[in-house]
Amino acid sequence: MLLGSRSATIRAWLSALVNQSLAGRFGEVVEASVEQLIGQCHQLYEAPPLGALVRAGDGVFGVVSGIVTSALDPSRRVIARGQDAASEAEVYAAHPQLERLLRTDVTITTVGHCEAGGPVRQYLPAQPPRIHTFLYQTTPEEVRWFFGGGSTPSLDFVPLLVGWGGAADDVLAAVLRHAAPAFNPPREFLIEAGKAVAVALAGDTARINAIVRRLPLAEGRP
Amino acid sequence: MTNGNGLVQDPTVLGVIVGGSLSQGLDVRLTGEGVVEDAKVGTFVTVLAERHKYFGIITDLSLESADGRLASSIPHAAPAMSEVLAGTGAFALAKVTPMLMTGIGEDEPQPARSLPAHFAPVHRASNDDVATIFGEEDATHIYIGSPMDMEDTRVCLNLEELVKRSNGVFGKSGSGKSFLTRILLTAIAQRGLATHLIFDMHSEYGWQTTAEGGYAAKGLRQILQSGVSVFALDPESARRRGLTPDVDVRIGLDEIEPEDIAILASTLNISEAGVNACYTLADKYGRRWISDFLALDADGMVQLAADGEHSGALGALRRKLRDLERIGFIQEQAQSGGGAVRQVLEHLTSGRHVVMEFGRYGDDQSAYVLVANLITRRIHAEYRKRTEEAEASGTTQPKPLVITIEEAHRFLSPGIAEQTIFGTIAREMRKYRVTLLVVDQRPSGIDEEVLSQVGTRITCQLDNERDVDAVLRGAPGSRELKGVLSRLESQQQALLFGHALRMPVVVRTRDYQEFAAEMSLPGWGKAPTSPADKADLFG
Repeated sequence: MLLGSRSATIRAWLSALVNQSLAGRFGEVVEASVEQLIGQCHQLYEAPPLGALVRAGDGVFGVVSGIVTSALDPSRRVIARGQDAASEAEVYAAHPQLERLLRTDVTITTVGHCEAGGPVRQYLPAQPPRIHTFLYQTTPEEVRWFFGGGSTPSLDFVPLLVGWGGAADDVLAAVLRHAAPAFNPPREFLIEAGKAVAVALAGDTARINAIVRRLPLAEGRP
Repeated sequence: MTNGNGLVQDPTVLGVIVGGSLSQGLDVRLTGEGVVEDAKVGTFVTVLAERHKYFGIITDLSLESADGRLASSIPHAAPAMSEVLAGTGAFALAKVTPMLMTGIGEDEPQPARSLPAHFAPVHRASNDDVATIFGEEDATHIYIGSPMDMEDTRVCLNLEELVKRSNGVFGKSGSGKSFLTRILLTAIAQRGLATHLIFDMHSEYGWQTTAEGGYAAKGLRQILQSGVSVFALDPESARRRGLTPDVDVRIGLDEIEPEDIAILASTLNISEAGVNACYTLADKYGRRWISDFLALDADGMVQLAADGEHSGALGALRRKLRDLERIGFIQEQAQSGGGAVRQVLEHLTSGRHVVMEFGRYGDDQSAYVLVANLITRRIHAEYRKRTEEAEASGTTQPKPLVITIEEAHRFLSPGIAEQTIFGTIAREMRKYRVTLLVVDQRPSGIDEEVLSQVGTRITCQLDNERDVDAVLRGAPGSRELKGVLSRLESQQQALLFGHALRMPVVVRTRDYQEFAAEMSLPGWGKAPTSPADKADLFG
């Protein structure tokens, strides 16, 4: 009886541990540099949205700055299969192997890291995470923690994104849009973040304007 | 605590130093919440650096942007851009002119000769800062007003230093210069620092007058009582106002000297030949030269012309002198006992302050210039004699005399200043213990050299740019102060700078009613000396 009770506790604990480690897990690192990670999603099309704050293992934070779905084997190009199909779903149903032949990859731009038990540092880590490090989506608590946890958000990472090529302004706006709901009121967070962007862009009005337009601030001054 | 930009946040902090120079002033990036509209030109600020504390005033404000394209791009901006750019891409700078500095932990301010480093925080000055610079009210310091936006703080003026030089109170009509002047006159008299001789053109210093607000403002006589003697050139005007002057002044024609006429040359339109004739006449006839000249018959005039004078000039001079003779307070002979001048001197010597009321003659420029100049010339000569005698014998020097003149540009305009006694007094300064308190609304009409000798300048609002330039000419930091002076409020605000103040300051001048009430308290100020004083104070 006693033994049964104990094993039940252990089972519950193990399951909690597994659930915990599975919670938010969406893929793993397949290519890593200090500034950028490529992660492969465990499920086709199951990538976090552009701009989402993600975590590689326990130590590195990044934001999703690109999502690519392509053939698993780069030498074999995907061909069109839906000529006779009535719907897109029918194509996948008729070719169940597709799920195995395609992959969804995410590009993650590193925006910070933390050492065990320490605070978040919004700058690049000394080492990139190892290949196969699991990738997790973050919870609102983690988002607040990343932004410093205080009443005024810490936005030291903004220059890391501003300096990044490609659609940097879109990514930055997406990051702020995703983070805002974790704060109350979100608008205040967005204005503070906008100011940090304005400083990082040294008053480049056109770029600041492009980013601010992408933020849900249309209601104007309260 | 710091804000998102890492700048210090403290309610008294206005901003941080971001650049500038000692000659052009410091650039202060305004950082505090809502500070852009609160920081005003003329605000007294301190800069706390590592080893020194600097004192200065805001002399200019500007709106800047990090991006030159801001103006063109803002019409197409997102609605929240104004909030995002406020304090980041678009910000305000204040220009602070550093005036003084003290070592940290020291009290003695010196002129600012070094600069605070970048990022030193700029604070609004505290009560203690104001007291460090301007002192606290005591036997020689008088509370004159409060710095802008610091209603509970007192700026004090060092009266002892003030009376060592000639001083000026400037401001357009209705800006409050008369009340400021009264405060100065009363305070100097109360503290026994000098004796006053006031040429009261508009009869507003001696007795009660009605202020613009409709209340009755006490005059010097009411506050200082028997310590003040009112001399009236127009006793009827005084009596109509229900007052009894101490002395009815009559000026004898035999008291007028050719120099007195020379000053009036432009006012009375007397030619140079006419002025020269005055000297000749005085040589010829002595003290009674005017009476004798006016009494000449046609033959006498012909004779004079034959002696080399220009007959046209003589005729014109006679007409002008007849105009003078017709002035109400002019009589043929001086009053008994040495005339008006002697009486003024006697009152001054006994320690009484003399207010010379002009009544209706205040509007007669030639009467005012004649009397003021005539009396002052004699008094200056007497003080000069006494000072030299005191120096020679090592006895006590006469008590300093402050002569207050209104519409000073009439005595001190370029060209005339050379000739009038007021120009001499302004230049000689304290050597003979006589100084001027110049009250004027047109300082640009005053001779540049004389104005440069004015030690402390107290300036209310001035409309005319030339007047603003004239008041500031020669003052350190005049270019920066110009912005401050041209933005004074129309009443009860004044810019003070010069000898008696360690640094320029803009004050809201103290309420005259309150001042007069305080000064009228029995036992206030110096101890009464004469039995009459005692009777006045203690009944």
